[in-house]
Amino acid sequence: MKTTLTINGNTHALDIDPRTTLLDALRNHLDLTGSKKGCDHGQCGACTVIADGRRINSCLTLACMMDGVEITTVEGLGKPGDLSPLQDAFVRHDGFQCGYCTPGQICSATAMLEEARAGWPSAVTDNLEGETVSLGNGEISERMSGNLCRCAAYPNIVDAIREVSERKEVAE
Amino acid sequence: MTPFNYERASDISEAVGKPQFIAGGTNLLDLMKLGVETPDRITDITRLDMKNIEDHEGGLRIGALVSNSDLAADMRVRQTYPVLSRALLSGASGQLRNMATTGGNLLQRTRCYYFQDKSSPCNKREPGSGCSAIGGVTRLHAILGASEHCIATHPSDMAVAMQALDALVEVEGKDGSRRIALSDFYRLPEDRPDRETVLEYGELITAVVLPPAPTGKQTYRKVRDRASYAFALVSVAGIVSMQDGKIAQVALAFGGVAPRPWRDLEFEAALVGRAPTRETFDAATDILLRDASGQGGNDFKIPLLRRTLRAVLTELCEE
Ligand SMILES: Cc1cc2nc3c(=O)[nH]c(=O)nc-3n(C[C@H](O)[C@H](O)[C@H](O)COP(=O)(O)OP(=O)(O)OC[C@H]3O[C@@H](n4cnc5c(N)ncnc54)[C@H](O)[C@@H]3O)c2cc1C
Ligand code: FES
Ligand code: FES
Repeated sequence: MKTTLTINGNTHALDIDPRTTLLDALRNHLDLTGSKKGCDHGQCGACTVIADGRRINSCLTLACMMDGVEITTVEGLGKPGDLSPLQDAFVRHDGFQCGYCTPGQICSATAMLEEARAGWPSAVTDNLEGETVSLGNGEISERMSGNLCRCAAYPNIVDAIREVSERKEVAE
Repeated sequence: MTPFNYERASDISEAVGKPQFIAGGTNLLDLMKLGVETPDRITDITRLDMKNIEDHEGGLRIGALVSNSDLAADMRVRQTYPVLSRALLSGASGQLRNMATTGGNLLQRTRCYYFQDKSSPCNKREPGSGCSAIGGVTRLHAILGASEHCIATHPSDMAVAMQALDALVEVEGKDGSRRIALSDFYRLPEDRPDRETVLEYGELITAVVLPPAPTGKQTYRKVRDRASYAFALVSVAGIVSMQDGKIAQVALAFGGVAPRPWRDLEFEAALVGRAPTRETFDAATDILLRDASGQGGNDFKIPLLRRTLRAVLTELCEE
């Protein structure tokens, strides 16, 4: 069937089997292989992309349901020489080993910082009614629990995210 | 996945009566990939006007397409129904909660390993084929409300909190709309574990209605195999109000232990009017667990439920 996807600001007309997930459309039809397939069942987060500002698992999304939605993948966040703050922080903090989970981690963290900025609580937030949240290690780990890292680079991932979130707070 | 025709509904009346709705897709697509669900037509309902949370009759009316994350973050829910925010936030992951909808969450299927494995007999998937869980690996399975045909649990956290809040499910069918108390919404497995709810074919959930919030303290406690991003082994949604040192009102619902969010009014009555002592809690819990039985691998849930409940009651009864 025919569908139109908007990825990283570019529009793509596709003619695909309705069974095609957003992840498979990105990787197999659009040559955007940054988003990774770990489990294909919503259990690992390697396929995380940002849809209209919100992080989602692209493996559990049908491509044909996403017309009219602005999708951002890791390729759209920054490029070599012009990295996003989180991409840059992951490099400096050594927030990976094999790197397979990294695009998902970075997309997830990018949207997660916006959720925190909007005051969304998490399962470990003591005061549900607070307008603001501050991201300590516990909050970051809980909010990032949908992204597994088989190499267990977690401490450096958390450090990279915390640095960017603190810098954002200072900038505001 | 087996091939299917994809259709998008543009309004509610067009959707009613259509086959296999898809909302967030996080459960349906998962099961389609496993070959457990094999619809030949699916109806996309995501563009329907069911995305608002409205003040309603002193409570809230939550559109069926409101995402789990929007519902958890809504300030009215955080302030007046914190048990619901907490339950939602304890479920799945940030990504999944952005996709998961209120209607889809209620109708998500069990996480029983054998239900998800097409090569195992399962009465829920294939009526009459047998239950592989009985005598199998039963860590996730029910200690209450099961039958000799099925011992699967309902996996939702959200529905457990809604059960404690006496929520109503609003549905639209061919003959108009009706409201179903959540306590009447899910069927017990008995000899037809494939029939999980009282919904008729093609009926669309349009909203969940929460009555005015009960007085008292609320909490949601979830026990699981890892600290986050895991289904409940045992969970408790609790609302308790105290008066003059005695328990005045309670609503307690349990997840991870039964084929549906579990509530027991006789057990609740045994708490009301009493002082919040360990003896009170234990005597009431004996009533709650009077018919509980383990299958081996899930025997631990009986003491775990007792202890989790005691911790929750101790916290909620503190004045
Ligand atoms: C890795 C993983 C971990 C998870 N962990 C948890 C957890 O800890 N706790 C928890 O509670 N849940 C958990 N979930 C489950 C998740 O909450 C559900 O998958 C989600 O809520 C389903 O909502 P959906 O909108 O995506 O449903 P869909 O997949 O779109 O639909 C599910 C079912 O509901 C039907 N449906 C949907 N909307 C309507 C409607 N309006 N009217 C009638 N029928 C409808 C569909 O036809 C389908 O049969 C987890 C899921 C995954 C993949
Ligand atoms: S590939 Fe999507 S969550 Fe693992
Ligand atoms: S860096 Fe290898 S999986 Fe995370």
